Amino acid sequence: MTAAATVSGIGRPRRFGKALPVSLWALLLLTPAFVSLASVSFYPIINGLYLSFTNTSLITQENEFSGFSNYVQLWGDAQFWNAWWHTMWFTTASTILETVIGLGMALILCEAFKGRGLVRAAMLVPWAMPTVVTSKMFGWLFDGQNGIINYILLHAGLIDQNVNWYGSPDTAMTTIIIADVWKTTPFMALLLLTGLQTVPNSLIEAARMDGAKGWTTFWYIRLPLLMPTLLIAGLFRALDAFRVFDLVYVLTGGGPADSTETLSTLSYKVLFSTLQFGYGSAVSTAMFVTEGIIALAFCLYLIRQIRRAQ
Amino acid sequence: MNDTRSPLQTIAIYLGALLILIWSGGPFIWQFSTSFQLDKALTSGSPSLIPAPFTLEHYYNAFIEKQLHRYVWNSLVVSLATTFLCLFVGSLAAFALSRLNVKGRFGILMIILSVSMFPQIALVGPLYLVATNLGLLDTYTALIITYLALGLPLVTWVLFGYFETLPREIDEAARMDGVSVPGLLWHIILPMSLPSLVTTGLLAFITAWNEFLFALAFTSNIDRQTIPVGIANFTNLYYVPWGDIAAASAVVTVPLIILVLFFQRHIIEGLTQGGIKE
Repeated sequence: MTAAATVSGIGRPRRFGKALPVSLWALLLLTPAFVSLASVSFYPIINGLYLSFTNTSLITQENEFSGFSNYVQLWGDAQFWNAWWHTMWFTTASTILETVIGLGMALILCEAFKGRGLVRAAMLVPWAMPTVVTSKMFGWLFDGQNGIINYILLHAGLIDQNVNWYGSPDTAMTTIIIADVWKTTPFMALLLLTGLQTVPNSLIEAARMDGAKGWTTFWYIRLPLLMPTLLIAGLFRALDAFRVFDLVYVLTGGGPADSTETLSTLSYKVLFSTLQFGYGSAVSTAMFVTEGIIALAFCLYLIRQIRRAQ
Repeated sequence: MNDTRSPLQTIAIYLGALLILIWSGGPFIWQFSTSFQLDKALTSGSPSLIPAPFTLEHYYNAFIEKQLHRYVWNSLVVSLATTFLCLFVGSLAAFALSRLNVKGRFGILMIILSVSMFPQIALVGPLYLVATNLGLLDTYTALIITYLALGLPLVTWVLFGYFETLPREIDEAARMDGVSVPGLLWHIILPMSLPSLVTTGLLAFITAWNEFLFALAFTSNIDRQTIPVGIANFTNLYYVPWGDIAAASAVVTVPLIILVLFFQRHIIEGLTQGGIKE
């Protein structure tokens, strides 16, 4: 018996012809991906953590270790907390709206009707568009002078004079949230639709036989079965919303009066306007930690839900 | 389920579908129409969806005054290079993980996927310092290397999912015939995965085409700036040229929309595989 006969044994390195052992090939093929991710993701994260403990500045050319001084400064920085709360508000509001509206859309798309393919396809339009274009587009829709939104609301009698939507601190964040909901909800709906389609039809039919109405079958059968999908989609969405940058930077630049400043735009300004890379790194590290906590909380909740369901 | 529906439910469903259509398509159609309207019409106080009179003036402004074609060229170079690199590196990794008995392969996949959750703002500062030291600011290279890493998690994940659906018997048969490891990937797995390669390539392309933060930080002039940065800078100091912006938006978005509509079925499948499946 030669080695070839035991080739299906797991753990033994298999050979293809007489070339390198398979394990070496695996290492070789994985290397480019690892090098790429290490140099563009892991290294910068670690380096950013290090920078946050230094007073690195591209203006003063300093780069000395400064202990926790950046974090002490951060703790007392009203601008940071302002941005932190805005980010939290944006993340919560947009995630909830996108999940709820997305679920509604998914429930419609779940039904058979003429032109369903067209609707599904149209939903990819907002997703495919560059966020910068979305921002500019909403800038135009919500323009305080000639925007179509003002025109419609004015003629419907809902407002009695033009609203300066993203020029006023009271409405600017709402406008940004609407733009984000527009861009992302349809995609959320498509994700939820795939989840809905895995709910076995026989279950729903059986419930109908027992006299359950549409609402009851939704609440007691579809929704619980959809829960894991809903939570994971929500998590991905929340993590994505948490680092919102393009939309805010292009639409309002964080203004007016810092009313839409988020952690990403604040970091960017500290990094590239004041060139304080030490302090800027502290801001982005704090953001990374918050994001990690959100992800962890979600995962723990999800695991508990799944355990309970079993 | 059609027969169990009451007329009222049917009406509700079609109404809902219509709402979704207007919601998804409406703003863009409005933007598209804006690009063909005279500034006078845009500020007249009585907006109209049909451009009358019809004008190409904003397209002229975008290309001649703002040199939109140069941004388009930069974006094309960067996005195409990123796409091919992503497919190359991603398929090597996905193939190794799917076919070569790598220990802890799901752990490795999770690590690769978790990278896509890092806030990009936390990467941009340190990478900027590296790019400065290596003299890579204002180069295509800096953007391509960065976008490769940004695109890799999704590309690897989706390709891995696809490779897993290809039957193992093929590997066995190939090995009997003495096919080497790279031969198996190049001559057998990749040709069988063409649809998936097209989808993932498109995803990598769109990611690179739409990216803003790194392009903003790493480039400072029109020789290397990509379209999103170009459009973001369209705004004049004294007024916002909405018509010109609308024209530029149409130029960068319409080809993308056509591509996406053409490949929509594959994209939805690919993305749901990458985003939700465990």
